[in-house]
Amino acid sequence: MKNPENKRDSNVKTPKPYPIIAISVFFVCLFAGLIVYICYYSATNKQELTNNSHNTRQAILLAQNTRGTIYSNDGQVLAETVTDSEGNETRNYPFGDLFAHIVGYASNGRAGIESFANYYLINTSISLSEKVQYDSAGQKYPGDSVYTTLDVELQEIAYNQLSAYNGAVIVSDPKTGEILAMVSKPGFDPNTIEDEWDSLINSDGTELLNRATQGLYPPGSTFKIVTALEYLRENNNEYSDYSFNCTGSYTLGEDTINCYHGESHGSLDFFKSFAKSCNSSFANIGVSLDRDKFASTLDDLMFNSELPLDMAYKQSSATCSNATSTGDMMQLAIGQGATSMTPMHLNMITCAIANGGTLMKPYVVSSVECENGTNVETFNDEQYKTLMTSEEADILTEMMVGVVENGTASRLKGLSYTAAGKTGSAEYKTGSSDSHAWFTGFAPAEDPQICVTIIIEDAGSGGEYAVPLAKRLFDAYLGA
Amino acid sequence: MELYVTELSKYVITFLLTAYTILGFITFKYKGEKRRQGLYNAQNIVMFLMFIACFIQIEAKVGKIEYLFFFTVILVILFATIMLYHMIYPDGNRLIINNMCMLLMIGFIMITRLSYNKAVRQFLIAAVSLIIGFFIPNIIFKFEKAKEYGIIYAIVGILALGIVLIMGSATNGSKISYTFFGVTFQPSELVKILFVLFVAASLYKSSDIQHIMTTSALAAAHVIILVLSKDLGSALIFFVVYLGMVFIATRNVGYLAGGLLLGALASVVAYKLFTHIQVRVSAWLDPFSQIESGGYQISQSLFGISSGGWFGLGLFGGSPDSIPYVEADFIFSAIAEEFGIIFACVMILICISTFIMMMYEAYRIADKFYQLIGCGIAITYIFQVFLTIGGGTKFIPLTGVTLPFVSYGGTSVFTTVVLMSVFEGLTLIRFDEAYQDYLRKKQTERRQVTYEKSREQKRQ
Repeated sequence: MKNPENKRDSNVKTPKPYPIIAISVFFVCLFAGLIVYICYYSATNKQELTNNSHNTRQAILLAQNTRGTIYSNDGQVLAETVTDSEGNETRNYPFGDLFAHIVGYASNGRAGIESFANYYLINTSISLSEKVQYDSAGQKYPGDSVYTTLDVELQEIAYNQLSAYNGAVIVSDPKTGEILAMVSKPGFDPNTIEDEWDSLINSDGTELLNRATQGLYPPGSTFKIVTALEYLRENNNEYSDYSFNCTGSYTLGEDTINCYHGESHGSLDFFKSFAKSCNSSFANIGVSLDRDKFASTLDDLMFNSELPLDMAYKQSSATCSNATSTGDMMQLAIGQGATSMTPMHLNMITCAIANGGTLMKPYVVSSVECENGTNVETFNDEQYKTLMTSEEADILTEMMVGVVENGTASRLKGLSYTAAGKTGSAEYKTGSSDSHAWFTGFAPAEDPQICVTIIIEDAGSGGEYAVPLAKRLFDAYLGA
Repeated sequence: MELYVTELSKYVITFLLTAYTILGFITFKYKGEKRRQGLYNAQNIVMFLMFIACFIQIEAKVGKIEYLFFFTVILVILFATIMLYHMIYPDGNRLIINNMCMLLMIGFIMITRLSYNKAVRQFLIAAVSLIIGFFIPNIIFKFEKAKEYGIIYAIVGILALGIVLIMGSATNGSKISYTFFGVTFQPSELVKILFVLFVAASLYKSSDIQHIMTTSALAAAHVIILVLSKDLGSALIFFVVYLGMVFIATRNVGYLAGGLLLGALASVVAYKLFTHIQVRVSAWLDPFSQIESGGYQISQSLFGISSGGWFGLGLFGGSPDSIPYVEADFIFSAIAEEFGIIFACVMILICISTFIMMMYEAYRIADKFYQLIGCGIAITYIFQVFLTIGGGTKFIPLTGVTLPFVSYGGTSVFTTVVLMSVFEGLTLIRFDEAYQDYLRKKQTERRQVTYEKSREQKRQ
């Protein structure tokens, strides 16, 4: 090539300008990243963004679609929108306050299924030709329907048995993660929530709170499941050698732990300490535990962390570190002191024990269908996490059967099925023995099908008040 | 019936834009413009069909007959531009012109949907810009002394920006415009052109360190004034364009690395100094928790983008008006909502094809001054696209710049049309270089032939 005697510049031959290629490649990569990001972000966050209360597009969808129906597991209507001849819409809840918290409400904000399945309820999947038919009839399109795992019979039993007490009941299937019933009391009637809204939010009451997922309670003796698991982990082979002589209280330094109503349990091994729910023995176990390892077990069991739940919930809290004093370790071991837990979280741990250590992700929406019956989306069982080994789960199951056979849950003894569980009587006021009645357990122990967690506020002991409710639920579900 | 039309047209529109873009990328198979002409013509047909499809969709939804006149005028002007360019500058690059008109068209449709009055205003400014643009390639081609005025470009630029800083009115918390006989100018847009000319004129002949330092000082002056005017988007564009041009002029990665380091340091200092910037960064990290204050715009923008789905809600089917400044800073979100994510992403690909074409053309220009201008324009363009789309989608913090050709904003449209016209001038120069090369080759061949002939004659 000759040097150009061009009239323009470049008497000097310039080398190939590689930076131009480099810069071009850089920007192409940058935009490739941007495009992938845009597609990914909008596809994965669509529901969340649509549900945001600041998103005015919900109003547009609702002006165009009638809110969909919510069904129970056998096809009974739990919530539906009724349109009168003048086109006025009312949201109707045929069961009144029975499903108040879990189904929720859709006016004055949203809660429950009405909130987290809102995206499906306000969208429609009917075909174009059907849309045309609705258009020509001057009607709004029907929103998609949500089918739930909720069982009306179990919900009614739980609701009725709780009677006038405040508290919460959760019934679930440990093998699938399906939530079969969820009751919280006191409740409200979603049919009239709009009129009662002011008094509901202004009163001192906590009717709107879903105690099952948002109520933080001291877990009391039900927490001994956690303490026992930690003891098993630290004393893999020697836990059967454990022995303790209970005199009704346990004192170390300045701290004293009393057994429930000061009862002395006498000579106990590890299994018996659990069955009798001996506070003194567990305080003794608690002070022997390694604080770091206990902290990591608490992490495994999802304390102080997020839970795999669609609905609104609170995080449980239980802390253990090198700064934890001996007195606090004693309190922690028996689920008192600063420890607090939601019934739903306890239900999830119980489910994991019943399911060989693996927690299935709890869910309540099983499928979404559009008005003409075609399936829009199905939610399958999903493993969430392994909380413990299957050996640990087997030993804990054996211990929980012991609670029924010769311990505090004896009201479940001698039935056509073998139940397993743990009671609790959680003291919630210092200097008073008033207590919340707890029970968490499952049945049948050898092939768990139903898992129940109950808290009855201010009722007394778990064995006396919560266990009979569990029995009714087990009986109904297992057909006994 | 209406429903069938609006639904079907969504897919048709997305398909047509995709076809248009694919045709655009196929042009890279051919080195010369001559063999690309068929593809360009096909692109124009697709463009026309898409415009009709959009019009039908709008009419099916709102049925306003006044749009018919406006849309016809738009069509006439855009196709006149394409045809006239081809006739006046047969050697110019047609992909850049086609893409410019396509993006202008998408912009007109979207702005019409948002506000008819703004669309008419935008259209008038664009039409004037296009007419002025016709003369520019010729000026660039003929005005060879352009490379001698480096320092003058810088002085004019710095003065213009400085005047805004001192006297300008505040818009959106940034002092970036002044009003002149009722017309509001945003000088930072216009100065972009001068800035590219200045850097190219200053770097094309020498890349010794002293020279680069003085150039850098003048470039930094631009950037600092813009930062003080709180016009962060423009400041960033100037900075990146300068870095890119220095890298190309010097072929020295050291300058690039040093510049980036300096830029990072400056960002940290600016973050510490200006609450303005802190607000934007925190709104970027988590817009939803501060939705009632700093995160409002970006949250609404994300709502819009996500609600459209792959094929969009159709024109007039969504509610893009809930996004503040939607027609300027967030036009991309409105497009994603009503035309769909696929359409929006394909539109990004159109911008990229424009960029690649410009870099490719610049690569082939032998004259370094013109090569630098070409690259400078390409980087200005693509980086501005990145800032506005990345900002509106929460990919990067929001800087508040417009999407070239598509966004509403008179100065922005004028500037980008002029930039593209300047670029067309460069393609003429490139073609001329190739032609001169060709002539010389012919000449030497002829000389050789006559030489050999004479030797043969001698032998005989």
